[in-house]
Amino acid sequence: MRELLRASWVIARRDFAAIIFSKAFFFFLLGPVFPLAIGVAAGSIGGQVARDIDRPSFALVMAASDSEAALAARTALAEQLGEGRVPMLVAMQSDAPEQLLAATQDTRFLGVLTGSLADPQLIGTAGEIERWQGPLELLVERARKGEAAAPARLATRAVAQSSGSQEQGRLVTAQVGQALLVLLTMLLAGMVLSNLVEEKTNKIIEILAAAVPIDSIFLGKLFAMLAMALIGIACWAGLALIAITLAGNGVPDLPAPATGWPMFLALGVAYFAMAYLLLGSLFLGIGAMATTVREVQTLSMPATMGQLLFFFLASFSVTRLGEPIELFAVAFPFSSPFAMLARAAQEDVLWQHLLALGWQAAWVLLLIRFGARLFRRNVLKSGGGAKRGLIAGLMAKP
Amino acid sequence: MRTLARGQAVTGNAIEARGLVKIFGRQRAVDGVDLTVPAGSIFGILGPNGAGKTTTLRMLLGIVDPDEGTRTLLGTDHPLDVAKRVGYLPEERGLYPSMKAYDAIAFMGALRGLPLAEGRKRGRAMLEEHGLGKAADKEVRTLSKGMAQTVQLLGTLVHEPELIVLDEPFSGLDALNQAKLERLIRAQADRGVTVIFSTHVIAHAERLCERIAIIAGGKVPFTGSVSEARDRLRPQVRLETRSLDGPWRGALPADAAPEGHFWHFTLPETGVEPLLRALIEGEAGIQSLSIERPGLHDAFVAIAGADAARQLEEEARQETADA
Repeated sequence: MRELLRASWVIARRDFAAIIFSKAFFFFLLGPVFPLAIGVAAGSIGGQVARDIDRPSFALVMAASDSEAALAARTALAEQLGEGRVPMLVAMQSDAPEQLLAATQDTRFLGVLTGSLADPQLIGTAGEIERWQGPLELLVERARKGEAAAPARLATRAVAQSSGSQEQGRLVTAQVGQALLVLLTMLLAGMVLSNLVEEKTNKIIEILAAAVPIDSIFLGKLFAMLAMALIGIACWAGLALIAITLAGNGVPDLPAPATGWPMFLALGVAYFAMAYLLLGSLFLGIGAMATTVREVQTLSMPATMGQLLFFFLASFSVTRLGEPIELFAVAFPFSSPFAMLARAAQEDVLWQHLLALGWQAAWVLLLIRFGARLFRRNVLKSGGGAKRGLIAGLMAKP
Repeated sequence: MRTLARGQAVTGNAIEARGLVKIFGRQRAVDGVDLTVPAGSIFGILGPNGAGKTTTLRMLLGIVDPDEGTRTLLGTDHPLDVAKRVGYLPEERGLYPSMKAYDAIAFMGALRGLPLAEGRKRGRAMLEEHGLGKAADKEVRTLSKGMAQTVQLLGTLVHEPELIVLDEPFSGLDALNQAKLERLIRAQADRGVTVIFSTHVIAHAERLCERIAIIAGGKVPFTGSVSEARDRLRPQVRLETRSLDGPWRGALPADAAPEGHFWHFTLPETGVEPLLRALIEGEAGIQSLSIERPGLHDAFVAIAGADAARQLEEEARQETADA
């Protein structure tokens, strides 16, 4: 074992240094910037359209005369400031205005403006109050013009998010986490393949295979690529953080996952590593059988499609915690990281993650061992049999 | 008894293989190979391309597992367990193109357990020693083919192995570099290192090897010293006579073939003296008589067959043209 790790370290160190200090790595880092820029541009256009279609609305629960004055003031302000800057008001009647925010009620309202123009009150979550208090005070001031000289001050009452909307929010967090995980995995795991094919093209592979166990070659390559991927992710996350900071309130908040953000992010990194290692070890096995880039592309296509299927499986089961389909997604190695990340967003039970990570790690080792066997059987041989097909190779006696 | 640089005595056999078989598809690439390579010797595996040389070496090194048979390398049947004591130069040369020359040597040493810093130090020193000091900091991609091959060879030796396995080491080298490589192999053997190499050039095997294995069609019909291979054939006699015919002709062996005043035949079992007597008494008029011991080429033809020998010659010719 010690020798295996030593040899893996030698391979990983070489691969890591070769990638990190190459010009290609800079372009690799730039890679996601272009689709991201397009995404931001499209998002900004889409956001504008969404704002136009789905304007923020508050329920207005006041006496008829006050409601009429408030609605008129809203119209006047919107003409002066622009539609997007003043929330919509929907006049309603209710004896318990805060009930309008409950999950079972109409959830389109960000809050409730109630009381009277003389003594107005804003009910909503702390975030919405902070965001909309100013414009609504302006609106109330405008509505009571002539009746009071002093600027309006809204009394506020913050309400906690309802349990229903919290669950809904965590579901969104789970889905976003899963989507991010599959995107990064598929983007990065393919690089393992090209690395191994490059090795074959350079004819280094025989030198490696004669000196160290093939398992350690695979392990070293996987971990070098994982380290490179994590550096890439750290760079992109840093850039994203800067972008979010600059955007301020422009970026929507994701509801906090059940395990809390720090643990969820730590588990996200762990499950990314496992998803990456699982797919990477599968790709290495494929790379072990392929001798040209074309063969690699042909052979890796089913694996990529399969991975998408497993993601869809995990995604489908996200709302079915504990049901057989979800348990299958948790147990099946290739969908397990995605399904477990969704669990981390929705449940705060931590021991299950230790179990899942151990299970996934065991599969990584198994796949590496399998890939190494295929490699020894199919690649380093001379003679006429060298060109036999993949199926024949798989069926051959070890 | 020779001693390695690190003081270990060279005894016993470095490699023993019994009945090695490797099957690819329907083809028996190696078919029951037996080999014994004494420690501290230079051993050659001689045969044409496709004879099974590379697969045999790969099996000995544990790169591929034999389908049948056993092998021990430096006393173990798990060759990778002793990888740190072995150096291997594969037939298909390969280096990372973006690595610097000294770093490539150090990396190959690191694979076999040599600390990277020590490998770098030795790499620079070895390059200097072989006249490539100025290339130490150059990327492999910028080196000439000969220089890159030297770098790879030095990478094979940097960790001071006890056993060096070279697969077609002379392939692609010009005459000058071939001579350098021969000197290097001899120097390693003088240090007590066991060297085993494959080749399809008879001259290299004949000049360098204490023992050889002749391989053809996946089988090894002969293994032993070069001298033993040559002794498989009777010496050849070349006789020149003044007379073209006479009663003395009856004294010539049955395989005697005429060529003008010359006769070529195999030395009779009884030796040359009775023949000489008969020729003199029959007034053949002996002008000259030479007895030639057969070369390794003749032995190869006799052992491996004319087809394998022709292939070997053709490959050697092709390689000379390429170099």
